[in-house]
Amino acid sequence: MKFGVVVFPGSNCDHDAYHVISKHVGQPVDFIWHRDTDLSGYDAVIIPGGFSYGDYLRAGALARFSPVMNSVSKFADAGGLVLGICNGFQILCEAGLLPGALIRNRDLHFICDHVSVRVESTDTPFTGQLRRGSILRIPIAHAEGNYVCDDVTFAELKRDNRIIFRYCDAQGHATAEANPNGSRDNIAGICSRGRNVLGLMPHPERACEDLLGSSDGREIFSSLAATLAAAA
Amino acid sequence: MKAKVYVTLKPSVLDPQGKAIQHSVQLLGFGGIADVRQGKYFEIALDEGLSETEARANATRMASEVLSNPIIEDYRVEIEP
Repeated sequence: MKFGVVVFPGSNCDHDAYHVISKHVGQPVDFIWHRDTDLSGYDAVIIPGGFSYGDYLRAGALARFSPVMNSVSKFADAGGLVLGICNGFQILCEAGLLPGALIRNRDLHFICDHVSVRVESTDTPFTGQLRRGSILRIPIAHAEGNYVCDDVTFAELKRDNRIIFRYCDAQGHATAEANPNGSRDNIAGICSRGRNVLGLMPHPERACEDLLGSSDGREIFSSLAATLAAAA
Repeated sequence: MKAKVYVTLKPSVLDPQGKAIQHSVQLLGFGGIADVRQGKYFEIALDEGLSETEARANATRMASEVLSNPIIEDYRVEIEP
């Protein structure tokens, strides 16, 4: 199995994702420059966090026009696994691979903090080894993480069990107080209709070593690897 | 020829920046402000050879596909000869 981490000008969590795949998942991984268009040979593509194109215009809006994104769309359409983290989630929404949009945080601050996130569904290639209802401690670091979508989209996400992560308190309750950024219904991560594209604002790649305060993010990457191993 | 594009958040989308600005303006002593909404403004210099219809069509496509995100924003295009 082979992983690719897309690098845009301004990506800054690309090395973290690469490190986690090579060290903790123990699988081959390449950086994919945003001008590259050949994704053949990859089993999973990670769109990492950062500030692609300096967040100019809207977070993720300009990265969507990078040559690699056409290939990522085709890769996803063909069932390829795509994981968008933070800025990656914003890019996937701008590119239309995930519904909705991420706007300025409710309180306008850039938030850099460890938060609790509840696992809402294990029915994705990224969460198969997690337990539904379990609470992960994962950091967030964003100014535009406030998830919005229209009522029709929201109803569809709920009906199809596509809300994968919700912000919650330490006891696992998705309360208004535990919502750091104003996201609709405490949404922290969603998946595509085909469930093969996942976007989330929290940074699991920054929570893979106890030294960093939490290793709860590892299970997301190990789930992904287990899915790929089972398919091989 | 110049295209002017105004991008604003849809009425249904909360605008915390607008709210913060409204608060500041009120602190300055201005009363009677029901709401402030923040948006973006673009000036695009277009090729002089374009007709107004072509210019409008091009600017509208730019506005809908790049300058705005239709999920959260509306846009308005003006063409200035």
